[in-house]
Amino acid sequence: MNEKRVTYREALREALREALAGDDRVFLMGEDVGRYGGCFAVSLGLLEEFGPERVRDTPMSESAFVGAGIGAALAGMRPVVEIMTVNFSLLALDQILNNAATLLHMSGGQFNVPVVIRMATGAGRQLAAQHSHSLEGWYAHIPGIRVVAPATVEDARGMLPTALADPDPVLMFEHVSLYSTEGELGGADRQVDIDRAAIRRPGRDATLIAYGGTLVAALAAAEELSGEGIEVEVIDLRTLRPVDDATVVGSVRRTHRAVIVDEGWRSGSLSAELSTRITEQAFYELDAGIERVCTAEVPIPYARHLEEAALPQPAAVVEAVRKAVG
Amino acid sequence: MTADHGHEAGRRPGPPADAGTKRRFELLRQMLRIRRFEEKCVELYSAAKIRGFLHVYIGEEAVAAGIVPSLEPGDAIVSTYREHGHALARGVPLEALMAEMYGRITGVSRGRGGSMHLFDADTRFYGGSAIVAGGLPLAAGLALADRMRGHRQVTACFFGDGAVAEGEFHECLNLAALWRLPVLFCCENNLYAMGTALARAQAQTDLALRAASYGMAAWPVDGMDVLAVEDAARQALGMVRDGGVPCFLELRTYRFRAHSMYDSDRYRDKAEIEAWKERDPITALVSRGRADGELTDEGLAALEEEIAVEIERAVEAAEAAPMEPVADLTRFVYSERT
Repeated sequence: MNEKRVTYREALREALREALAGDDRVFLMGEDVGRYGGCFAVSLGLLEEFGPERVRDTPMSESAFVGAGIGAALAGMRPVVEIMTVNFSLLALDQILNNAATLLHMSGGQFNVPVVIRMATGAGRQLAAQHSHSLEGWYAHIPGIRVVAPATVEDARGMLPTALADPDPVLMFEHVSLYSTEGELGGADRQVDIDRAAIRRPGRDATLIAYGGTLVAALAAAEELSGEGIEVEVIDLRTLRPVDDATVVGSVRRTHRAVIVDEGWRSGSLSAELSTRITEQAFYELDAGIERVCTAEVPIPYARHLEEAALPQPAAVVEAVRKAVG
Repeated sequence: MTADHGHEAGRRPGPPADAGTKRRFELLRQMLRIRRFEEKCVELYSAAKIRGFLHVYIGEEAVAAGIVPSLEPGDAIVSTYREHGHALARGVPLEALMAEMYGRITGVSRGRGGSMHLFDADTRFYGGSAIVAGGLPLAAGLALADRMRGHRQVTACFFGDGAVAEGEFHECLNLAALWRLPVLFCCENNLYAMGTALARAQAQTDLALRAASYGMAAWPVDGMDVLAVEDAARQALGMVRDGGVPCFLELRTYRFRAHSMYDSDRYRDKAEIEAWKERDPITALVSRGRADGELTDEGLAALEEEIAVEIERAVEAAEAAPMEPVADLTRFVYSERT
């Protein structure tokens, strides 16, 4: 197997290129995906390679082009719709929730919606409140859609083909801090199993659950704790809906302690859901209360020191694990 | 009359075509079948056999009867929560529609949609959306898929005057015109967005004018005259199918009954409703047929009887049909993998 070092952005581009080349039904559309090359340069060069019919620049009409992706999927196409960021996806929420997620059920199983909707998520770039949301936990609330969050270069490369093979809508959340990160990419079959969470670092003393952008902070915390003799098992959730309970709870049964890192706000969050699932399924296995490290309950501020204070940092994760292993 | 559409229907291109005696009888059959089906639904609603929201189309039948049969079998339809007429005119089986009203497993949506969400893959009927303007983006996408694959199919998208105030309407008309998508936009302007009169909600009440601003052919049509609607539909569909461009029809119509079964209709003047009932599209076509000697009392009675029997059989079938087992509640949330 040939291994090469690529960025997360390049891995996504490679996945899109392969999908466009391999299936006539696949096309990419969104704001500035064509001539601009994508807001995060993910689709750079694809317009030149595949032409404007299959790499479609759209107007600033999130509801129309997301809904058009859903409609094209109904008619048998395999659209990949890029919404610049999760912040703007709110303008298409009606289409995602009221159409993509409901049509199969409302039609009594007649109409499935094989659309993939990709978007950037998360904070950390001093873009203030309206450009820093982490709302993937909201989307994970909705039955009828699948929600995935690639945290590694391999998943950035491998989740798209899996998502495109799915007969139902898949939302893919790409944390903004990950696009320029680098990693090794294997050369073999890259389609990854999006049904399973991944253990990114084995450990015996506590289970640390993260996903997407927070995996970086979790791994950094685990490394620091290892120096103190605390071996943390780091789980990358990968799929936020449906949650892979077996991997999460299986780990907690071994370590008897759980810490959850979530860039969403704590109240009504994905971390709350995970915490509940663990207590429902492994309450008597727990040797300590479940700890959560979440974003402070404020709109994300601009000033660097305030933004940093609002977001889950490795130091806070380390502190939470120490408390759990107490 | 205290409310009217305020503009002359003067932008229709070309002369009207004569549909012929047989054609007129077919149009009458379509409208009467919708009318009688919905009258039965209202009766069943009052008897608590049908629940949820029930929005009837009574008074507006000429729109569905004039447009839908003009489509080809491979064309797609996207509709709204006031959709019984579109589904019936499309040939979605009446029995399965009635079973859906009853929430039975034999319903078009297996009892999961109800009156507002009728779906039928066989006729490419992509359902009623209960979100005002929520179906327009789907129509744009269906048309985009057909165009990208070189198909000659078109998508007919129905919505009401209320949708014109929604952002999605403007996003979609822009997108359809920009990308030359084969969509026939059918705006059923019945003058009220639920209880709010057109002029109380829209700064510009000439809806065709607003659609035309996106660079597509758009004109108003007398939606109470089924022949005029059919004529307009054929011209518009020709432009969409052959010209590969979207087109917009403003069908000026009126619902004779309240918005839904929950609506006590306090916002409309009784005299206004009565004045519009004078323009009942079914009565008008029957009168014309009689005057022209095309329609006899026996012919009409036979048609009524045929429709009554079909509806009665559908009611009996729905009464007898099984329910979806509760054990299957969570089916069709995700596709079933084999």
